[in-house]
Amino acid sequence: MIKKHYRKIFKSLVFLGSLIPLCWLAYAIYSDTVFGTRLMTADPIQKLDRELGDWALIFIILSLSVRPLARLFKSNELIAYRRMVGLFAFFYVCLHLTSYIGLNLQFSFNEFIQDILKRNFITIGIIGFILLIPLAATSTKSAIKWFGGRRWKKLHALIYPIVLLGTLHFFMMVRADFTRPLMYFIVILALLGFRFWSKYAKSNSQFR
Amino acid sequence: MLIKYVKKSEAKSSEITSKAMFLDRRNFFQGVAITGVISLLPKIVTPSFASPRAKFLNVKKTPFGEAEKPTTFDGLTNYNNFYEFGTGKTDPAQNAHTLKPEPWTIEVSGLAKKTGKFNLDDLIKPHQLEERIYRLRCVEAWSMVIPWVGIPLVDIIKRFEPNSKAKFVAFETLVDDEQMPGQKNRSLDWPYTEGLRMDEAINPLTLLAVGVYGERMPNQNGAPVRLVVPWKYGFKSIKSIVKISFVEKEPSTTWNIQAPNEYGFYSNVNPNIDHPRWSQKRERRITGEGGLSAMFRPKIETQFMNGYAEEVADLYKNMDLKKFF
Repeated sequence: MIKKHYRKIFKSLVFLGSLIPLCWLAYAIYSDTVFGTRLMTADPIQKLDRELGDWALIFIILSLSVRPLARLFKSNELIAYRRMVGLFAFFYVCLHLTSYIGLNLQFSFNEFIQDILKRNFITIGIIGFILLIPLAATSTKSAIKWFGGRRWKKLHALIYPIVLLGTLHFFMMVRADFTRPLMYFIVILALLGFRFWSKYAKSNSQFR
Repeated sequence: MLIKYVKKSEAKSSEITSKAMFLDRRNFFQGVAITGVISLLPKIVTPSFASPRAKFLNVKKTPFGEAEKPTTFDGLTNYNNFYEFGTGKTDPAQNAHTLKPEPWTIEVSGLAKKTGKFNLDDLIKPHQLEERIYRLRCVEAWSMVIPWVGIPLVDIIKRFEPNSKAKFVAFETLVDDEQMPGQKNRSLDWPYTEGLRMDEAINPLTLLAVGVYGERMPNQNGAPVRLVVPWKYGFKSIKSIVKISFVEKEPSTTWNIQAPNEYGFYSNVNPNIDHPRWSQKRERRITGEGGLSAMFRPKIETQFMNGYAEEVADLYKNMDLKKFF
């Protein structure tokens, strides 16, 4: 489907596309500041926290969807883009955490420690973040080589518990109206289902 | 008609102080006229405010909150928790135009001498409207300063003559998913209900509000009539009230049903008692100004009883506030 030949161009497109949410948020803040619009509401700290968290989850889910989509379109070429999407997920998680510590807590590390210890949804979010670090750190080609494909794959299967932790973090944050976290959860279940199904199918067939 | 307002399209500013209206003032409790200046503001300032804006006449100024800098009208009408119109903060501003605040009936029931259905006009008519600038502290750790227009709840309660068995006052919001489209979702258990202990209800601070900034209550802020209990978290100040009942037992309240460990019946503002999911020590003040200035605005320390401890301390003298949070 997508030829290797165009990879460079498409990679640039994926890169730029992944920056759109960030650019939009930056523009919204700029516009609110300069033109007095209300794109980020009267409480932009809260809004930014939520938006960045949302995009972090969306990118994790996107990175998980790459393999199923590759299957669907019968194009292993798509896998070439997965690393970038995954790293952007990490990028948005980092921004989400930064906005929470910097803007929401205004760098009160005491409050941050209290939050981690006392508040389950923060604890869970932080665990998810910590688990994500080794995945981001081992995304280079040399890391894959050093690990060996099988072990690397095992490590990166961590993304499934991570995305579940992220969704749980979202669920527990919500006061009422669970529509959105529920939506994410259903998509994740479908992706998990696909993974088990494809493993099963693989072990039952001779090729691959 | 509770609030005699003039639609923008119908009135010229020259008509506002017409003799007819001036004379009529005695016959209805408060005259209301459109404010020329506000109606001339560019549309962008109030894009989502669909109802005509009208100003009350003859509102008594009070010393409450004189030192505070109120949140702008624009700010307090575009950042609301009013799940009846959607769970997002900007949903009420977008969706509340479907609410019809007039005519409005309140049903009074329970342990009182005078009960029945009352037209809101008739309830408010005999009283002097006051402006009171109160801090509003949301349980979500943000706050505003709002110049309410209203009357002390105690003045209204007296007229129903509750008997000595009435220990609590229960309130209910309208249920009508045509007027309140957010009620099509089961985000909360409708109707929204709230309650106060009788001594809280008759505390002179407790306000039955019918407006903000000298104007008719905007729909998204709980038109036409809402409670304002400034020493409690914002969700206690129930909006668009249709039922008031005097009861013997503590009434069940919406957020308490939703999450009993997070939202107590009392829900007094208290920086020393954290919400299970976040600290209540500090708050983000919503001034109305957004963008970078809001992002880097220092948080302020939350005050015990939202700074109204002097007025309400007696109410909770022998109570364990940790237990009765």
